[in-house]
Amino acid sequence: MRLTLHVWRQGGPKQTGAFKRYEANDISEHMSFLEMLDVVNEQLIKTGEEPIAFEHDCREGICGSCGMVVNGVPHGPKDAITVCQLHMRTFADGQEIFIEPWRASAFPVIKDLVVDRSAFDRIIQTGGFISVRTGSAPDANTVPIPKVAADAAMDAAACIGCGACVAACPNASAMLFTAAKVTHLGLLPQGQPERLERVTKMVAQADIEGFGYCSNHGACETACPKEISIDCIAQLNRDLLTASARGVL
Amino acid sequence: MDLRAGVPPGPIQDKWQRHRFELKLVNPSNKRKLEVLVVGSGLAGASAAASLAELGYRVKCFCFQDSARRAHSIAAQGGINAAKNYQNDGDSVYRLFYDTIKGGDFRSREANVHRLAEISLNIIDQCAAQGVPFAREYGGHLANRSFGGAQVSRTFYARGQTGQQLLLGAYQALSKQIGLGAVQMFPRTEFLDVVVIDGTARGIVTRNLVTGKVETHAGHAVVLATGGYSNVFYLSTNAKGCNVTATWRAHRRGAAFANPCFTQIHPTCIPHSGDYQSKLTLMSESLRNDGRIWVPQANGETRRARDIPDAERDYYLERIYPSFGNLVPRDVASRRAKEVVDGGQGIGELRNGVYLDFRDAINRLGEQTIAERYGNLFDIYQQITGENPSDVPMRIYPAPHYTMGGLWVDYNLMSNIPGLFVIGEANFSDHGANRLGASALMQGLADGYFVLPYTIGDYLAQVKFENDDVGHAAFADTVKQVQEKTKRLLNVNGTRSVDDFHRELGQLMWNHCGMSRTASGLREVLKTVPELRERFWREVRVLGNGDDFNQSLEKAGRVADFFEFAELMARDALERHESCGGHFREEHATADGEALRDDENFAHVSAWEFTGVDKDPVLHREQLEFEYVHLTQRSYK
Repeated sequence: MRLTLHVWRQGGPKQTGAFKRYEANDISEHMSFLEMLDVVNEQLIKTGEEPIAFEHDCREGICGSCGMVVNGVPHGPKDAITVCQLHMRTFADGQEIFIEPWRASAFPVIKDLVVDRSAFDRIIQTGGFISVRTGSAPDANTVPIPKVAADAAMDAAACIGCGACVAACPNASAMLFTAAKVTHLGLLPQGQPERLERVTKMVAQADIEGFGYCSNHGACETACPKEISIDCIAQLNRDLLTASARGVL
Repeated sequence: MDLRAGVPPGPIQDKWQRHRFELKLVNPSNKRKLEVLVVGSGLAGASAAASLAELGYRVKCFCFQDSARRAHSIAAQGGINAAKNYQNDGDSVYRLFYDTIKGGDFRSREANVHRLAEISLNIIDQCAAQGVPFAREYGGHLANRSFGGAQVSRTFYARGQTGQQLLLGAYQALSKQIGLGAVQMFPRTEFLDVVVIDGTARGIVTRNLVTGKVETHAGHAVVLATGGYSNVFYLSTNAKGCNVTATWRAHRRGAAFANPCFTQIHPTCIPHSGDYQSKLTLMSESLRNDGRIWVPQANGETRRARDIPDAERDYYLERIYPSFGNLVPRDVASRRAKEVVDGGQGIGELRNGVYLDFRDAINRLGEQTIAERYGNLFDIYQQITGENPSDVPMRIYPAPHYTMGGLWVDYNLMSNIPGLFVIGEANFSDHGANRLGASALMQGLADGYFVLPYTIGDYLAQVKFENDDVGHAAFADTVKQVQEKTKRLLNVNGTRSVDDFHRELGQLMWNHCGMSRTASGLREVLKTVPELRERFWREVRVLGNGDDFNQSLEKAGRVADFFEFAELMARDALERHESCGGHFREEHATADGEALRDDENFAHVSAWEFTGVDKDPVLHREQLEFEYVHLTQRSYK
């Protein structure tokens, strides 16, 4: 396959970026999208140009490191996968591909396609946990959890924290990310004592980080590689309303 | 070199209890003054950092990823073992201990493994309380599945994402401590060296991967939780960033490296498809429950799989192992696959795989049932290969997956450098020559939640020095050495990329120090690696500079360490004149091709001492005693 790439190149956080055009020749349809970029980078190194910086690690869709907007869609044109799981057979010979980083003011660009997502960590640090000191847990089977609740908690817990939801949202809102954690922990009996405090603090932190508000646009759900449901956001709003009615914080 | 394991006396069931009582305690008001540096944020690192902070120590935690949540533990699929006996099927702490010793082919320390089995109970409790969404029965109690190497059902799981959920539990516990200010987290920070003063670990040198700044951190103790070294093979199931740098640099500073040749090859991965291949993807071992493994009888067969009649197929595992068939352990299944592929019966465009065929299972159980069992795995396979396993057999081949070897540690998980602790996959401790499925997660969390927080106190209670010595000359010297290495890498300005070299090293190691090893092949590695390493330092091309985000430079430093480590791994494999677990020497096999252990001469841990890059390392031995489990030859026929 032969492809024409337009890749966002940006030297650093304070520099201005621009699309740069590259021809990618001899691409096999069996390659993953990131392997295609590897091949392009090997060529760049040969010609003395610095390779395109992009984040990646496990390359099997679970670590959440990779993420780029491919032809306007976070993680590219196929549903329910990350960009490392995207394969070149999805594209046509001769196609033009535009590749850019996540765009959100809460995710500043570090270099080329790499952005700073530490805002997500800070949201978790304010309340995305169940407080249980190591060693103080009762026998696991003393707290039965209905299978339906455990399965629903698992659906929400599948979030990999990649940031595609933010990139897809016209408001650059982190609501789906925040709601996935609120829902996961809120569905479990162990998560009840801190439930209202948790949602209040996490949403407040998302505001501080500069993420936008949710306007039920739904683009996050479509972009999510783990198919986290927008129902989580409804659950978050319900918990938030309860918290404010009860005067939590 | 002092390799006293410090295993407490007494019956094996009482050792850990008694030892915990005998360990010295640190007064709560003194804990505030003691600083621990934890390198790595996977299951072992995150659980240790969180637990130490809860105890009141000051903790700094470092990871090279952009977030602690992305450590490679996240990719573990299958599950975590615990001797809960919730199934009432006869499990017990002693049985888990026994299975792990035997599964490790009798090359691990009995006392450590028994402790691991005891602690397995607490881990499940802890994780459930944190909100890990384990699979449950309709009654609300925890569900279990079976796994290789055991006849009881003791594996707890969260769909196919057990590692992810356990890691997120530990990450969330860590995040709480970060939010409280009890842990200072340093993401995008690479460990580059340990600082040793008067023979004691006193701090570390790191590089900020965004700004390039080299920084020093002094601590009262250093904990390495930096994972395994499967990426020495270039292609493995490990994440791209996994590396040997932390353990190797500690080894260069005096820490003994134990059993580096004990590597595990996973039998069911997708074969590589071309030179551009960047990593290998694992397909869960559970597929072997219903899939039948075969190759065509004829070499160079060109017909499609479905056009080859049964009479012309070789179901070689069922033929050689009539009682275990397709369910033989990982090491056996891997070696037999290599044998048929090397013999010319390999399948696929590159003739580098064997078939895993679901035709008979689909005929017997229906497509619906098979889809329910393996639908998710079939989807992953199809995404990568473009083929649907319901229509055509899967193509699989073994791939490097886990490393049992690592830095030598005593019963307290401390290396032979006082103050340097090593936990999780980075140490050598519990799996012997072969790890059983669902035991890696167990060991990482046991070390981090329930072993290290006790044992490190015994050391810290005796520490005499103040933690204000970043001004010490040893820090400045170490920084200088680190900076010189970086500068050297940037200044070569040769013609070949880092990946190009890494691929060549990986191929060499895979050919001669992978699934099957011979003395001549290993000698070839020992001859070739130094030449390759020399060429690396002459011909590598690392663009950009050292004071910003530079992924080529990160990789170059890691590959440079693999080039040194590879030699030690081959030497260890050469010196171990026996076959055991993941280490198979063709010269040491029974008449029918099975692994032949030599307990008389090799029931020991090989711990290597570094003497210089182009000098021979010195071998030290820790003899292994088997008081409780009798040494037997494994048989699966």
